[in-house]
Amino acid sequence: MDRPKPGAGPDLVVAIFVLLLGMLCLWQAMVIPVTPLYAQVGPKFMPYVVGGLVVAVGIGLVLSALRGGWSHGIEEVEHLPPTNWRALGLLGAGLIANLVLIGSLGFVFAATAQFVLVAAAFGSRHPLRDLGIGIAVSLGAFLAFDKLLGVNIGAGILEGVL
Amino acid sequence: MDVWSGLALGFGNALTITNLGWALLGCFLGTAIGVLPGIGPALTIALLLPITFQVSATGAFILFCGVFYGAMYGGSTTSILLNTPGESGSIITALEGAKMAKNGRAGPALVTAAIGSFVAGTVGTLGISFIGPVVVELALKLGPAEYFSLMVLCFATVSAVLGGSALRGLASLGLGLLIGLVGIDLQTGQPRLTFGVPELLDGIDVVLVAVALFAVGETLYLAWTHVGGKQEVREVGRLMMSKQDLKRSVGPWWRGSLLGFPFGVMPAGGTEMPTMLSYYAERKLVRPEHRHEFGTTGAIEGVAGPEAANNAAAAGVLVPMLTLGLPTSATAAIMLSAFQSYGIQPGPLLFTSQADLVWTLIASLYIANIMLVVLNLPLVGLWARILKIPQPQLYAGILVFATIGTYGISNSVVDLLLLYGIGIIAMFMRRFDFPTAPVVIGMILGPMAEQAMRQALTISQGDWTTFITRPVSLCILLIAVLALAGPRLWGLVVRNRADTAPTA
Repeated sequence: MDRPKPGAGPDLVVAIFVLLLGMLCLWQAMVIPVTPLYAQVGPKFMPYVVGGLVVAVGIGLVLSALRGGWSHGIEEVEHLPPTNWRALGLLGAGLIANLVLIGSLGFVFAATAQFVLVAAAFGSRHPLRDLGIGIAVSLGAFLAFDKLLGVNIGAGILEGVL
Repeated sequence: MDVWSGLALGFGNALTITNLGWALLGCFLGTAIGVLPGIGPALTIALLLPITFQVSATGAFILFCGVFYGAMYGGSTTSILLNTPGESGSIITALEGAKMAKNGRAGPALVTAAIGSFVAGTVGTLGISFIGPVVVELALKLGPAEYFSLMVLCFATVSAVLGGSALRGLASLGLGLLIGLVGIDLQTGQPRLTFGVPELLDGIDVVLVAVALFAVGETLYLAWTHVGGKQEVREVGRLMMSKQDLKRSVGPWWRGSLLGFPFGVMPAGGTEMPTMLSYYAERKLVRPEHRHEFGTTGAIEGVAGPEAANNAAAAGVLVPMLTLGLPTSATAAIMLSAFQSYGIQPGPLLFTSQADLVWTLIASLYIANIMLVVLNLPLVGLWARILKIPQPQLYAGILVFATIGTYGISNSVVDLLLLYGIGIIAMFMRRFDFPTAPVVIGMILGPMAEQAMRQALTISQGDWTTFITRPVSLCILLIAVLALAGPRLWGLVVRNRADTAPTA
């Protein structure tokens, strides 16, 4: 076998991930306790089948990656711009801000923080304007869902104020 | 109940002021959200699912029908004006439509797409009304063994037949099945794949997965490859079709509709194949003097046919969804979970036990279809303006609504973590060309297949041969095998033809 073509490396990582996912499923199937309850097919059967399927597919993908991979042949990937770490970083920060703040400060604050960071990730240069839009969007959405539809999205410190 | 009295009942229910209001709201919301680049009907319905907490089942489904048809109309606008197809079925529309728009013919392209969608919607809705009850008659004769085989067929077609590679399709299906396994086993009460996390005992919500795949994953992927600059929105121009445009569109509309609908009805769902076939057919059938427009200046036949095929196939998907309870597209899977959240299980009994709801739903499909063709063309200026929402604020807003769609259901940070985790997987799936629809279909159909299999084996007292000794079940399984092997050959034919086609 020749040296792997460029692009095969990432494909191999993906293939191994699929393989591990299947093995995770098989392992979890094994630790399901057996019930004394009568059942023609127990709770373990389906997880074994699914785990087996994913492992088999994973092996297939590993073989495909070793033969040069598949993603270099996709037109969109060929013209892929370099990874934009700044955008990904800001977007990730936005998601984390949402995760951390939503429990304590509530939806409106968390969503606004996320809005400003995500907008910045996609190249917006007006954080103050985004802050205004973010507050308007998340407050409007909160009121619509909370008051009209009765969906509780977490008022946080605004509990009782709104 | 026969079709006519069913329709009479349905229209009687649907033509009240409240229900017409729901239909109008659905059409409007569906189009407005469907126009947003990257958002297709599945995500639109997923984001609107919280409505089911507050509204009666009838009202909610009328709304969803409007959203369903509306989001498809909206998608074609995006494909033509922005060359960004929101879902796989609009890729072909974008191919010719965007070229027409580039040459200043966006108006006729939009009009032919809108009227084509109307023709397709009419054909599709008529098909649902008249074929639905027939399928129900047949479906009532099926036992759990046949159901299980049907689901195996669905798995084979949605993952292996559609998309670029059977291996990657099956990997996506496997991920979906795996997600579907999480939670308490209904028959024995054992927790499965929950890793000791109590929040996972109830399983993972389909809305969470849909939002993760279609909103979070898409946004992450766009950030990954983000390169500044503005996307160009084409001018709409004059919304008139010349007599010649009309003459060239009529044939493709009908051919596309009649081609698309059967594809949707078959469990080989999906809209890629009928839109592709319609495109190749129109290229073959076009009058020689217009053939050069394909792939160069944009041919109106290449918009009219595939767009009609797309919408007719999408409508056809409602037949197996309503009559068998089998979702064969991501959108249908989400609608199915909306039914379930009302405690209604779609399937053959639905037409008798919930006749009111089913026929009202079908009637509102007719109504939504007419509303859309009336609403869509005059408002096309508004839709074009929605397209001009700058990218940063658009994606920031989409993520705010993604939070509502998941955190609003459970108020659990674990769900948000899952949302982002699956979103990251979806980003890599997008980059490495794994299809996403099989994930949603797998997680909905997987538990249903397991249940059917267990029922079948209980009836046969543990005899596994029940799946191959019952003739109908055997036939369906054989078709599944054929579906797995056949497309390899068919794929070769299509690829050969695609090679000779001018590239986009």
